[in-house]
Amino acid sequence: MSQRHVLQVFEQYQKERMKFVQTVAELATRPQNIETLQNAGVMSLLRPLLLDAVPTIQQSAALALGRLASYSDDLAEAVVKGDILPQLVYSLAEQNRFYKKAAAFVLRAVAKHSPELAQAVVDCGALDALVISLEEFDPGVKEAAAWALGYIARHNGSLAQAVVDAGAVPLLVLCIQEPDNALKRISASTLSDISKHSPELAQTVVDTGAIAHLAQMTLYPDAKLKRHVFSALGQISKHSVDLAEMVVEAEIFPAVLACLKDPDEYVRKNISTLMREITKHTPELSQMIVNAGGVAAVIDYLGDSRGSVRLPGIMMLGYVAAHSENLAMAVIVSKGVPQLAICLAEETEDHMKAAAAWALGQIGHHTPEHARAVAMSNVLPKLLSLYLDTQSSEDLKAKAKKALKSILQKCTYVPALEPLLYEAPSNVLKHVICQFSKVLPHDSKARRLFVTTGGLKKVQEIKAEPGSALQEYINAINTCYPEEIVRYYSPGYSEALLERIDNYQPV
Amino acid sequence: MARLVKFYGQMERIKEQYLIRNRNAEENRLRENAAAVKIQSWFRGCQVRAFLSYLHRNATVIQKTWRAFSARQYFRQRVKTAYFLMKMNFYNKMAVKIQQRWRGYYIRKYVHNYYERKRYLEALAKKNEQVRRELEELAEHQKKERERIAMEREEQEKYMQAQRLHFLLSTKQRPGVFNSPFRPEPDEMELRLRTVKLLRTRSAPKETATNQQPSGFLSSIERLPPIHKTPQGPFRAAAEVQRQRQRPLEPSLRVATSITALEEAREELRQHEWRTRLIDQPFMPFSKAHPNKEYEALLRTHSPYQQTAYGKKYFREEDRTHLQGKKKFKTVFTTCQVFDKFGRLYSDTGKIV
Repeated sequence: MSQRHVLQVFEQYQKERMKFVQTVAELATRPQNIETLQNAGVMSLLRPLLLDAVPTIQQSAALALGRLASYSDDLAEAVVKGDILPQLVYSLAEQNRFYKKAAAFVLRAVAKHSPELAQAVVDCGALDALVISLEEFDPGVKEAAAWALGYIARHNGSLAQAVVDAGAVPLLVLCIQEPDNALKRISASTLSDISKHSPELAQTVVDTGAIAHLAQMTLYPDAKLKRHVFSALGQISKHSVDLAEMVVEAEIFPAVLACLKDPDEYVRKNISTLMREITKHTPELSQMIVNAGGVAAVIDYLGDSRGSVRLPGIMMLGYVAAHSENLAMAVIVSKGVPQLAICLAEETEDHMKAAAAWALGQIGHHTPEHARAVAMSNVLPKLLSLYLDTQSSEDLKAKAKKALKSILQKCTYVPALEPLLYEAPSNVLKHVICQFSKVLPHDSKARRLFVTTGGLKKVQEIKAEPGSALQEYINAINTCYPEEIVRYYSPGYSEALLERIDNYQPV
Repeated sequence: MARLVKFYGQMERIKEQYLIRNRNAEENRLRENAAAVKIQSWFRGCQVRAFLSYLHRNATVIQKTWRAFSARQYFRQRVKTAYFLMKMNFYNKMAVKIQQRWRGYYIRKYVHNYYERKRYLEALAKKNEQVRRELEELAEHQKKERERIAMEREEQEKYMQAQRLHFLLSTKQRPGVFNSPFRPEPDEMELRLRTVKLLRTRSAPKETATNQQPSGFLSSIERLPPIHKTPQGPFRAAAEVQRQRQRPLEPSLRVATSITALEEAREELRQHEWRTRLIDQPFMPFSKAHPNKEYEALLRTHSPYQQTAYGKKYFREEDRTHLQGKKKFKTVFTTCQVFDKFGRLYSDTGKIV
């Protein structure tokens, strides 16, 4: 046997290994193959190949492992139990960039499933290695590392704190400034994942000067990047007034409103979320947004979009209106109420309806003027029907009732109050009658109208307990009219008349 | 003397008289004494009563004087207090008037200025209008831009199609496929074919250096000789054919990988680390690794081998008998060679292998 023959054996062996790994990696891309692969024991076969002498085999093995692990948490757990992670972490520091990318991919695939798996990744020292890979020259490696860090940090506060403690944040901020769009995107998303957990984490992100860079990128044409940037800004500003003010001070405001017209739905959603997070803190911040024309833009956005992406916009209107009557008036002036009424009517999901009802309640509860504006867009019957609907969830019922009550307590707009007289249950009727008892003594036209539309008759038919508040309101209404009229509309008056005929003796 | 005589003459009568008188006096003594006592007691009583009444009168005078004095004092105090209260009430009322005027003025002027608010709301409405208009314009603009790009792309697509189908152009002798003589006017494609420029052979775009494998295999791409002098059939775009022909060698990963790749990478890494090292404490990745951990058997193998402790003569002993009942290693996977070649090969007769 010549030397060539001997070498040929090795050659053959290496080629076959290569072929095996690549085929497995190829097969792992299709979900229907995963089950079979798992049953065939692919994990235990791939593990030794991770330590193969040939880098390409290692790389392909890592790729296959990553694909398998990203498929289900069972497989990810198998990766953790198979003690593969320490090898990966070790080689993450050692190998070439292709392998680093693949290793970071595996870590990401494992960490994405559950906090426990992410904790396992952290426990095997992956954070330090990933942070070091963030300093790599190759943008692909950085991207993979940032992505893995993001998946680790998104689970809970302590994992995010671990990522921060490993020193990832300054490097991520550096990564944002790279020219590569994908890298920017992933880093922004990672920053968002880190800052979403607690004010302290958000403060750490802010301390590295991330806001200025994020604010710069709000006007980029890349939609996916904008999604993540706005999400990060929103997550930062949601925690406290200071953070929100810092985001506002980056002077993003009139400019980003243009993004509410973006073709991408999630960009619009994230920007409205950002505005919601900012406005919810103080009246001053809300006023700032209102003055920039943000409310009008959000209302237009509500008109343009459908479904659950409307939710942050609706909530933003509610938050703005809740701060002060002036701001609520601003929402009304910006034609927010008809839009909210449309949302209330159009949306099918209960939580959306509840949000719209809540927002309307916040707008209407300030003064009679506000309540009038809300009542004129004909939402009171809708709110009542939501409250009475047996299909509605508890939360929706509670929100609809609260909104209805707070609007009714201020409402003096008689045409809107009248229909409620006939439909409302007693606990709502109380407020309606109370409003009538306040309005009628001072308004002769309303008194007349109240009789002609049959309101008085309806009021006489109500059975109130003597001495209750409802009875007092009814009495107050009755004193506005002459006694004959009240008697005329009382139930049983015709019988009384007939009785008088019977008793009458002609002279 | 006469008188004396006379006296003597009356002596008897005097004696008698004397006795009578004495007797009378004795008889009246008690009565008179009682009367005297009565008179005295009455007198003394009058006297004491007069004194007492005198005293009472005096006491009354003192009392009335004192009472008048203190009452006057009390009254003055009352008056003073009442006056003070009245004054204070008045002042308070006036202060309230002043304050309410001022507050009303202040609030109306600076806090809830109705006109200011109205103006603000009007300005806000105007601003909102403006924002809405601007956003609308922007959206319109963006939409147009997107449409324009889409249309351009479509146009480009059609143009390329026309370039590829240029041989279907009708000639003087024969109408082309798109120029049916049974139709009043030729198809749109026909017009396009007429205007289109003939496809020129272009060299394939150069591979960028970024997505190459690390080994130095792809250094020389020499220009290949043309298959024919002129392009023969319009079966594929010439550029595509050229690209196929000049496709850089894509060796299998095994061949592409240099034998010393690991060493090279390590060397590079070492160099890199040496260049960029700021701290001399090296990174220790195995902070949690357990050196004395038991060997865990692989999932799908039946090997009974355990890691033996150090200090023995050998690490592994050959036990043929043990291996006899063992199953053979399963070869579960077949290789898929077809996938590797898929869409890549192109023979010079133009057939896909």
